[in-house]
Amino acid sequence: MPIHDQGYRRYGGGKSAGRAWLVIMTTGVRTMLHDKRFIVLLAASWIQFVVRAVQFYLSANFSQAALIAPNAATFRDFFDKQDIFVYIVTVTLGARLIAQDRRANALQIYLSKPLTRAEYILGKFAILAGFLLFITWVPAVLLLGVQVVFAGNFAFLTANAYLFPAITLYAAIEVTMVATAMLALSSLSTNSRFVGILYTGLIFFTSALSSVLRFVTASTSLSWISFGNNLAQIGDVIFRVPLHYQTPWPVSLLIVVLLTAVSGVVLERRVRGVEIVA
Amino acid sequence: MADSDAVVTLENVTVTYGRNQALADVTTTFERGAVGLLGPNGAGKSTMIKSLLGFVVPSQGRMRVLGLDVATSPIAIRARIGYMPENDAHIPGMNAVSFVAYCGELAGLPRTDAMQRAHEVLFYVGLGEARYRNVETYSTGMKQRIKLAQALVHDPDLLFLDEPTNGMDPKGRDEMLELVRDLAHNKGVNLILSSHVLPDVEYTCDSVVVMDKGRIAAAGPIEALKQPRGRVYELRVKTSSDIEQFFGQLRAAGLECHATDEDVVRVFVPGEGGARQLFALAAAAGVQVRHLRPSVPTLEDVFAHAVGQD
Repeated sequence: MPIHDQGYRRYGGGKSAGRAWLVIMTTGVRTMLHDKRFIVLLAASWIQFVVRAVQFYLSANFSQAALIAPNAATFRDFFDKQDIFVYIVTVTLGARLIAQDRRANALQIYLSKPLTRAEYILGKFAILAGFLLFITWVPAVLLLGVQVVFAGNFAFLTANAYLFPAITLYAAIEVTMVATAMLALSSLSTNSRFVGILYTGLIFFTSALSSVLRFVTASTSLSWISFGNNLAQIGDVIFRVPLHYQTPWPVSLLIVVLLTAVSGVVLERRVRGVEIVA
Repeated sequence: MADSDAVVTLENVTVTYGRNQALADVTTTFERGAVGLLGPNGAGKSTMIKSLLGFVVPSQGRMRVLGLDVATSPIAIRARIGYMPENDAHIPGMNAVSFVAYCGELAGLPRTDAMQRAHEVLFYVGLGEARYRNVETYSTGMKQRIKLAQALVHDPDLLFLDEPTNGMDPKGRDEMLELVRDLAHNKGVNLILSSHVLPDVEYTCDSVVVMDKGRIAAAGPIEALKQPRGRVYELRVKTSSDIEQFFGQLRAAGLECHATDEDVVRVFVPGEGGARQLFALAAAAGVQVRHLRPSVPTLEDVFAHAVGQD
């Protein structure tokens, strides 16, 4: 029997518009959750949460442990310690998000469907941002809850009412900057390994350059050269802890905004259904 | 042809890549049914399709697909069309059924419907047994079929097929052409088939738009275009001098000569002159006619006439 005789049915059901980015995100998340190594990585990223929870329990229940009682700096430090996992998740997951699609010519498949380039980018952004928030914002907010549960009162939360907004704001800034920068790099190549190396190089090179300048100038006023330093500076302001560097925090904020904007421009130029070489 | 019968219209569309003009002031319509978009490589076929999809923005002109303006309603258009790209394209890391269902979801189908349609469409294109295999392990022919499946999953009203038989073996090519023909003639799907393979277009399409160097060289129903405006002969000759000189004399007399894959030349004799004129010219040139057979015009003749190929 010829193949075509096996039938093709016209579709009579409904179609919904405007949720393509959600489809991209859920499919991306589902795909990653099938990767056992990635699950192990996610689990490892929650170790600090467990350690901090024990710390909160001890400080709440044993007067001898009052020295390790949580404060705003504890939460600021929590984000600092999570940076290594932010880096690993960004490189392992983010590097492939657009690079692999470009390698497989998938962009013309995506963009021939009823979705805009912005929806495509939003979907990819949401995959990476979702996992990054899962290892930063979610455990940090849960730690606040854990503190209330172990202390048995809202005294800490009331005294540090700015902490929840601070956690949310800092996580949002960090995740937005990191995810857009990685997506922009991912859109520049078809090789996800190369993208990972490029991202690593940028992080470590700017950090090393900042350290050298610090040594040469005996000052940290040029710390804005490092992306990580800028985030740290903004984090210090948000969590109301002493600043790490002499760079004015508005300069750091400006650098972060500029980096995010440049990433957006790169994405706008690179995510297209057709690559035109004039 | 009334505009209401047209699924695609282009009005004075110009697309430029740097200094190169890929489409030059193109005005044409694609009617309902199966329309072939013919032309040699670089004629502007793919550029036209990519412009209609909104991938390339023309520097001037207006395009409408299914009655919708491409410039103002690209998303509404893409919800109603399917696109099978020319080159290898897939979503990495997925098996066939997940890939096609994912494409269905992207087109707005509910998840369960998308999965059901994916299974159906994969069986339809002949990949039913291989639907749980990773697409990256597929052969070239299978990749062509999966591209057709992803274009079909959301049941489009109009299909853009860009060189659908590229890289396929003869059996696979025949099956793909059967599918395309079935979609157009039995399933009510309008399609535009871009190809430089004339027999593919002639077998599957009712009408054709011939492009050359970014312009429309000919357009209309294939049967109408094939209507003789003279007579066509297959000719084999023997001459002691350069045969090209003889062909030059034929052309100077207003005849068209097109070489074929075999050792015969197809000669188009306009008007009523027919074989008598051909014999007279051969006698005048001192050329022996060894074989002369009347022939029927083919799409190849139309194409060669339109793009001026020898």
